[in-house]
Amino acid sequence: MEIGMNHFLVVSAILFTLGVFGIFLNRRNVIVILMSIELMLLSVQINMVTFSTYLQDLTGQAFAMFILTVAAAEAAIGLAILVAFFRNKGSIAVEDISSLKG
Amino acid sequence: MILFEAPNLILALPELVLAVLAMLLLLLSVAGKAENYRLIAKMGVFALMTAAAVTFNFYGQAGTTFGGMFVADNFSSYMKLLVLAGSAVSLLMATKYLEREKTNRTEYPVLIVFSTLGMMLMISANNLISLYMALELQSLPLYVLAAIQRDSVRSTEAGLKYFVLGALSSGLLLYGSSLIYGFTGATGFEQIASALQGQTAVSLGVVTGMVMILAGLAFKISAVPFHMWAPDVYEGAPTPVTAFFAIAPKVAAIALITRVFMGPFGDMAEQWRQVIVALSIASMALGAVAAVTQTNIKRLLAYSSIGHMGYALIGLAAADKAGIQGIVIYITIYMVMSIGAFCIVLMMKQKDKMVENISDLSGLAKQQPLLALAMSVMMFSMAGIPPLAGFFGKLFIFQSAINAGLYTLAVIGVLTSVVAAYYYIRIIKVMYFENAEEELDKAADTGLNLILTAASLAVVFFILLPSPLLASAGAAAQSLIK
Repeated sequence: MEIGMNHFLVVSAILFTLGVFGIFLNRRNVIVILMSIELMLLSVQINMVTFSTYLQDLTGQAFAMFILTVAAAEAAIGLAILVAFFRNKGSIAVEDISSLKG
Repeated sequence: MILFEAPNLILALPELVLAVLAMLLLLLSVAGKAENYRLIAKMGVFALMTAAAVTFNFYGQAGTTFGGMFVADNFSSYMKLLVLAGSAVSLLMATKYLEREKTNRTEYPVLIVFSTLGMMLMISANNLISLYMALELQSLPLYVLAAIQRDSVRSTEAGLKYFVLGALSSGLLLYGSSLIYGFTGATGFEQIASALQGQTAVSLGVVTGMVMILAGLAFKISAVPFHMWAPDVYEGAPTPVTAFFAIAPKVAAIALITRVFMGPFGDMAEQWRQVIVALSIASMALGAVAAVTQTNIKRLLAYSSIGHMGYALIGLAAADKAGIQGIVIYITIYMVMSIGAFCIVLMMKQKDKMVENISDLSGLAKQQPLLALAMSVMMFSMAGIPPLAGFFGKLFIFQSAINAGLYTLAVIGVLTSVVAAYYYIRIIKVMYFENAEEELDKAADTGLNLILTAASLAVVFFILLPSPLLASAGAAAQSLIK
């Protein structure tokens, strides 16, 4: 069997779905949410690079590099906020993020 | 093929000026002492005003630069002026509150200025890459701003929630962008538009990509069903930050959504109109119904802003010049009303402690009649009662919907605005007809008083001089129509 574009796209779609579900179904830990976000962004990069290769166009790879950079900045800020939250609350369990409700 | 073309820097001059000033501000705030908040805040306002002056000077200059990544036109100039004014005002509004709550750290103005820079770039984005970078430049400072009260559980929790949902929305937006790139072979807005032009059967990949981009952007304007972060973040974040959230990013995000859907996806209006209509109806309905039971005024204003975004989206559903003009007018008036309403929320304190329950406003009409009057003006205007400005915002939006044949949407809009009037008027009832258990302190902040007076006058007297706004909104809308 030859590996074609569809295989890459399916892998990336599966990873993206896992990421989204990881955010919504996860009831335990905020770190897992951060990992899920990373998974989503990485799956997008697989998509970008796949399309870039098959379209013979470099824009997609440039886009992937930008996503990589911004994802790093985003993770840094997310972890910083998480640390600040942990200092106040003493926990990072998802069920403890509940002081704001309406 | 020309490999490198020198960019026309004049088109991006406001952004360049603001970027340089923002980095200077960052240097100064790091080098200086932590007590320099007032100085840094003044310089932040100065930087924003300078960028606004440059924008005004080159108002309406049209063209693209940086290899088509950046576009300038009447629409972008107008929206940029709006965003810059909103950010500057919200920075001015913050000073007293932050000093009282001991959060007057010098990074606050720096973050506001950087976020504003991101908003300006968002408004001028002309490529999926520049769109994403601008959106993140705007969002990342906002996450930090929400959590700026580092020792408060509520503030850090708001920051965390905003971060998680914001990152999810950028993920959706990116996945959509990747599909659009894959199926059209381009990331530039003009190239996408020409790839999609005249297609009768649009491929599933393009439609999926477009809907995911819409979902990602709908998070940023907090349209239902992507609104769940807004009430929590509005309640948890420190009030000046909430005010900033309600004022500037909403303007930038609605400008971006308009440009994306009128530009690259302009030919697919039939495909996206039903989605926009659904988002709009859901936002208007939830904004009206869910706000009724709220007791916290910041939460109430969050639901109110969700509703307002629903009304603004009606103009996009119309997808013509009148509709976009309606959006521009609506968002301008919305911004002024939000500034006024948050000025009053920032003045609510008892015995020098901030309070934010609606019941704390009771008896305000007896103690501070002018403040109660200003609040009534804002609430009546938000409810859309003539002759206040909010009425005209809704009028133009509904007119454009009827001209475009979207009768159901217009009828639902009017009905939900009647329901929404209930909770706006409830606040007025609390102020005028209920007795206070504990009085609010006298408002002593001159800056806030001035801003509130200006906002109230603008809302009340808009009817006398509407033509400048209408004309510039019309010119802005015209520049988006091909």
